[in-house]
Amino acid sequence: MRSISISRRALGAALAIAASLSIFSGPAAQAATALLNVSYDPTRELYKAINPVFIADWKAKTGETIEVQASHAGSGAQARAVIDGLAADVVTLALAADIDAIAAKSGKIAPDWQKKLPNNASPYTSTIVFLVRKGNPKKIKNWDDLAKPGVSVVTPNPKTSGGARWNYLGAWGYALKKFNGDEAKTKEFVKAIYKNAPVLDTGARGSTITFAQRGLGDVLIAWENEAFLAFEEFGKDKFEIVVPTVSVLAEPPVAVVDGNVDAKGTRKAAEAYVNFLYTPAAQAIIAKNYYRPAHPEFAAKADLKRLPKLELFTVDAVFGGWAKAQKTHFADGGVFDDIQKQDAAAR
Amino acid sequence: MSEALAPAVLATPRRVTEEAPLTRYLLIGVAVAFLGLFLLLPLAAVFTEALGKGVGAFFATFDEPDAVAAIRLTLIVAAIVVPLNAAFGVSAAWAIAKFSFPGKSVLITLIDLPFSVSPVVSGLVYVLVFGAQGMFGPFVKAQGIQVVFAIPGIVLATIFVTFPFVARELIPLMQEQGTVEEEAALTLGASGFRTFLTVTLPNIKWGLLYGVLLANARAMGEFGAVSVVSGHIRGLTNTIPLQVEILYNEYNIVSAFALASLLAGLALVTLGIKTLLEWRYAGQIAGRRRH
Repeated sequence: MRSISISRRALGAALAIAASLSIFSGPAAQAATALLNVSYDPTRELYKAINPVFIADWKAKTGETIEVQASHAGSGAQARAVIDGLAADVVTLALAADIDAIAAKSGKIAPDWQKKLPNNASPYTSTIVFLVRKGNPKKIKNWDDLAKPGVSVVTPNPKTSGGARWNYLGAWGYALKKFNGDEAKTKEFVKAIYKNAPVLDTGARGSTITFAQRGLGDVLIAWENEAFLAFEEFGKDKFEIVVPTVSVLAEPPVAVVDGNVDAKGTRKAAEAYVNFLYTPAAQAIIAKNYYRPAHPEFAAKADLKRLPKLELFTVDAVFGGWAKAQKTHFADGGVFDDIQKQDAAAR
Repeated sequence: MSEALAPAVLATPRRVTEEAPLTRYLLIGVAVAFLGLFLLLPLAAVFTEALGKGVGAFFATFDEPDAVAAIRLTLIVAAIVVPLNAAFGVSAAWAIAKFSFPGKSVLITLIDLPFSVSPVVSGLVYVLVFGAQGMFGPFVKAQGIQVVFAIPGIVLATIFVTFPFVARELIPLMQEQGTVEEEAALTLGASGFRTFLTVTLPNIKWGLLYGVLLANARAMGEFGAVSVVSGHIRGLTNTIPLQVEILYNEYNIVSAFALASLLAGLALVTLGIKTLLEWRYAGQIAGRRRH
């Protein structure tokens, strides 16, 4: 009998602990005004630097204490999560097509979102470069070298990663120019590159880790900022950055998620947050983190100097906009699927 | 047993059922080398990496608000999931072992389902059911409840993957014990509930504890299912395993492994208690022989 009364008491205590924990966790976490910024993979360090400055700015202007929460993963995967109900106040994704997808599939973002903020709603641009091992043993100079047999390429999966789609379009745009607009030859060229890329991670950061930490592959196709960060993180004696002659002008856009901010009553703060990204303070941080600021005049000269000059083409000019590029290349049954299928059949 | 055998081994030449000493040592050597290479070495690597930059860096990990939040969330989830699973496991095992009813084998199969389903699928089903575009998504939203990408979703996914642990442990034990003692109690006039509390529960307490330990280890360590429903909001919906991945992806290797060593430490403690239970209460943990 005694042992039973003890175990009953223990059970009661356990339940009480469980109940109190769950009660305290719920409201406490949501009490302060909090903004959730759902972002893509390589911006972890960027927003970690920007958020405290915004919080201080907001406090100075309104006297309110605000909290900014962050979530990072592959851009496509994040868009999917917001569509499935992740309560993002703002999305800062890798490309316009992912925000378009949220607008179309959930209706939570107005279709004309890209016109609401300056520079196509992109507070900064970036481009795609290569990271190679020290001494560049495979002599990689340009996109052509990635298509050569025997070169192992690391790039993420365009289905889930935004950076991967920029990588793909960078290669495509280069080849299209090289072959004077011959689509068939361009496709063969891009196919040869993906044949050299046996592992496709889900996000840009995963690929960087695969290349830099696990030591796989000869060349990483990466965001410019991601390449510089890996360069800094792992030591300049291990890698070299190779800048191709031509690459794509990547415009990672931002948007307020109208449906969520209206439900949560956070519209004012969310709009202030996306607008803050264009302020001198934020633009300077952006340049410091190796992105190309929309307003270079606010950035430190030394930071701008680090970014190489190269010929950049836009998705609008070469592919007729993101909606079209997305549909032709990355939708189910698109060109990328075709390349992968032929590649699998060839193996 | 060994005492009885010892003189015989000394007195007679090698018995036919016993391998030559060389074979024996070779087999033991292979087993030890395999264990060392695939279990002990990675485990040692976790602790070496965690302490790679000294004890200070190791403990600094646990001062990070995001890491503290991850530990807190993991404990909250385990505190909700484990008692629920214990209650479910006991009632399911009780029903299956002590009663006969139609659909019993279907129930047993269903309990085993989470073992055969990939954790990613276990998470995805909740997104499909409770996500904004899911079956009950609009309904739960109208009630003002956030299920997926919040704590309820993480709890649901964790319940799903830890479902079988307690029940699987208790069913064989209870079947072995039979219903004789319960029948005696009922004959003497005890109520059903009292019979359960005074006869059934004491008989299975060690088996139950064993099942709870395993369920707890899995609840705290689950990655796949939780990753799908988490939403990865820093300091809010990241459990310890998810936080480990984040830290690793941020080149914060020491912190990643320090947090991982917390999970590894938990596993070692679980293993220790498990061994102790097996050694002390071998007869009362029937499931032991079936694993």
